[in-house]
Amino acid sequence: MLDLHGYGPRLLEGAGVTLQLAVLSLALAILLGLATASARMSRGWLLQRLATLYTTVIRGVPDLVLMMLLFFGGQMALNVITDALYDRFGVDWYVNLNAFAAGVITIGFIFGAYMGETFRGAFMAVDAGQIEAGKAYGMSPWLVFRRIRFPQMMRHALPGISNNWMVLLKTTALVSVIGLSDMVRVAAEASRATHEPFTFLLPVAAAYLLIASVSEWLFAWLQKRYNIGFGGH
Amino acid sequence: MAETPIPLEVRNIKKRFGDTEVLKGLSLSAHKGDVITLIGASGSGKSTFLRCMNLLEQPDEGDLIVHGEEVRFRQTRHGREPADWKQVVRMRAKLSMVFQGFNLWAHMTLLENIIEAPVHVLGKPKKEAIEQARALLERVGLTARADAYPAQMSGGQQQRGAIARALAMDPEVMLFDEPTSALDPELVGDVLKVMHELAEEGRTMIVVTHEMSFARDVSSQVIYLHQGLVEEAGAPDQVLGNPQSPRLKQFLAPKY
Amino acid sequence: MDVLTTWFHDLMAGNAIFTAQTIGYYWDGLVTTTQLVFLSLVIGLVLAVPLAIGRSSDRRWISLPIYVYTYVFRGTPLLIQLYIIYYGVVFFDGIQETFLWPMLREAFYPALIAFTLNTAAYTTEIFRGAIKATARGEIEAARAYGMSDSLMMRRIILPSAFRRALPAYGNEVIFMLHASAIASVVTLMDLTGAARFIYARYYAPFEAFLFVAAIYLCLTFAILYFFRWLEKRLLAHLRPQS
Repeated sequence: MLDLHGYGPRLLEGAGVTLQLAVLSLALAILLGLATASARMSRGWLLQRLATLYTTVIRGVPDLVLMMLLFFGGQMALNVITDALYDRFGVDWYVNLNAFAAGVITIGFIFGAYMGETFRGAFMAVDAGQIEAGKAYGMSPWLVFRRIRFPQMMRHALPGISNNWMVLLKTTALVSVIGLSDMVRVAAEASRATHEPFTFLLPVAAAYLLIASVSEWLFAWLQKRYNIGFGGH
Repeated sequence: MAETPIPLEVRNIKKRFGDTEVLKGLSLSAHKGDVITLIGASGSGKSTFLRCMNLLEQPDEGDLIVHGEEVRFRQTRHGREPADWKQVVRMRAKLSMVFQGFNLWAHMTLLENIIEAPVHVLGKPKKEAIEQARALLERVGLTARADAYPAQMSGGQQQRGAIARALAMDPEVMLFDEPTSALDPELVGDVLKVMHELAEEGRTMIVVTHEMSFARDVSSQVIYLHQGLVEEAGAPDQVLGNPQSPRLKQFLAPKY
Repeated sequence: MDVLTTWFHDLMAGNAIFTAQTIGYYWDGLVTTTQLVFLSLVIGLVLAVPLAIGRSSDRRWISLPIYVYTYVFRGTPLLIQLYIIYYGVVFFDGIQETFLWPMLREAFYPALIAFTLNTAAYTTEIFRGAIKATARGEIEAARAYGMSDSLMMRRIILPSAFRRALPAYGNEVIFMLHASAIASVVTLMDLTGAARFIYARYYAPFEAFLFVAAIYLCLTFAILYFFRWLEKRLLAHLRPQS
């Protein structure tokens, strides 16, 4: 039997951190992605440019660099603000940037850019006649979005979302570098302490594969749901 | 007796795409029970004209009066736009359109398609909408297909379903945009039959079509468009039976 | 020229962070990153071609092991793969006595091995997709002209598959450049490593990381434009003639 030298509970906790981080980041990335796609398709010149800048820059810089920039830079920016508050108003309020929150924000922010591209393509793939029919029957833009555009877009977006999720899941491993105790960090620490790297790193690798397989199955199920009415591709 | 407002009146509609003016000032009034057919060669502007009536295309000039209420416009950087989109939404709910490509919502069953706008736009209780939808499905002969998705139905079934969807709005005016053009010849008859019945029960309809027999038998007025202008208009026996303009004569001449 | 030199001097005098010394760190980092990414891509590419052919094989005893390899390497974080190789290499019996040990003790080679195995897995799947997408008609035509399987693979399938794979492979190159940033985690002084060092020394996160982000951005665009240019040249025959 696998002897985890007492690291078992911490590894499990780490797996919990990985999962929570991944799911929350995905939620944030989807929201940001929808916002970005809407901005890129809007008629506002500034909005379009800002969204394009965001997707280009984020996709041009390594995740790890962005993460350190946001985490270390974010802490410094917060310090400047809290120092100013103390000097000016005597407010003694010190905030330590929570590594978990920083992780969710950074990963969400990074994948928001990728999701934005996914959603933009998916929205453009919806047949214009479907939208027109909605308009012609007196639906408001919001109602058209909620009842027609969104459900039909999801069919085209799901493969991209699934793909982004698989990459996002693996990206969560990087938070171990900024000090968050996800399962990778716990395993690396245990490896160094016990000199038994395979005992810890291989099960963690297997855990990633397991999560990936389960999500693949979930996405296939979702895809089936959103394919309803489209002749079952 | 109080005068009831005319269901739909359009005056002097002009529309350009880039440098080409496709509609050069078109007017029309649809009184209750009128069946107006718009005919003309492709590129004559008949479909664009119809799409301007419910503002799927924005006319650059001209007035639109739906059931006595005039649509307000304002000038923007992007051209002329309706001033109040809520008004547009309200007005579109009174004009229901049947499309050439059916445009039934692909992710909903036929029944869901029919109750969608009555429930979410008109705010009808769902139960009531379903009852009404079932009655309409029976009318168009699709009772058995209520739970089918559009992709599972033939073109003719889809178009009859789309007509049921239009009827569910209790529209002031029904707009038909070449409703049989995308259908196989053997499926055209069923759709025309339903439209014929609607005309007989006194529905106000504006129909863009290539079906001359429909225009002749059913309509109260035929308008022949040529290059964005009315070339000839009037009662069907007159326009189709005794055409005056050489272009219309040529248009009506047998093609073989 | 004088104006430029004075301007540069003023700029350098005006801040404590971007000195000739720190610029030197960044330069060394750029060299390390380039070596690491370039070498792993080249070796990975060489490995991926036979692997992709094997992965497309109808014989399961050939295709299945390759599938397991790509599945594992594409399904787990590169960081884990790097840790396993970096911490695990010690445990191969007798490796410390071989001539390889002085190399493997350094972080560079474990990182190179991890990156190579990783990119080879992704590239294999990219090529496999491209091989699978070969038009049936082209294969039938080759058969009809009496080509053997290996001749057909060499003359017909691979040349067209490489071209089809080009856009996806361009993405993989950019992905590898970005992924290489984790080399800094195992103490390598690549670009990101240099930025981390300068951040730690001056406690200046914005200067350190924004500067390095800008370098990565430039590299990314360079790769992007290179592949666009390559696609234009190699895929010209697929564009309809205007």
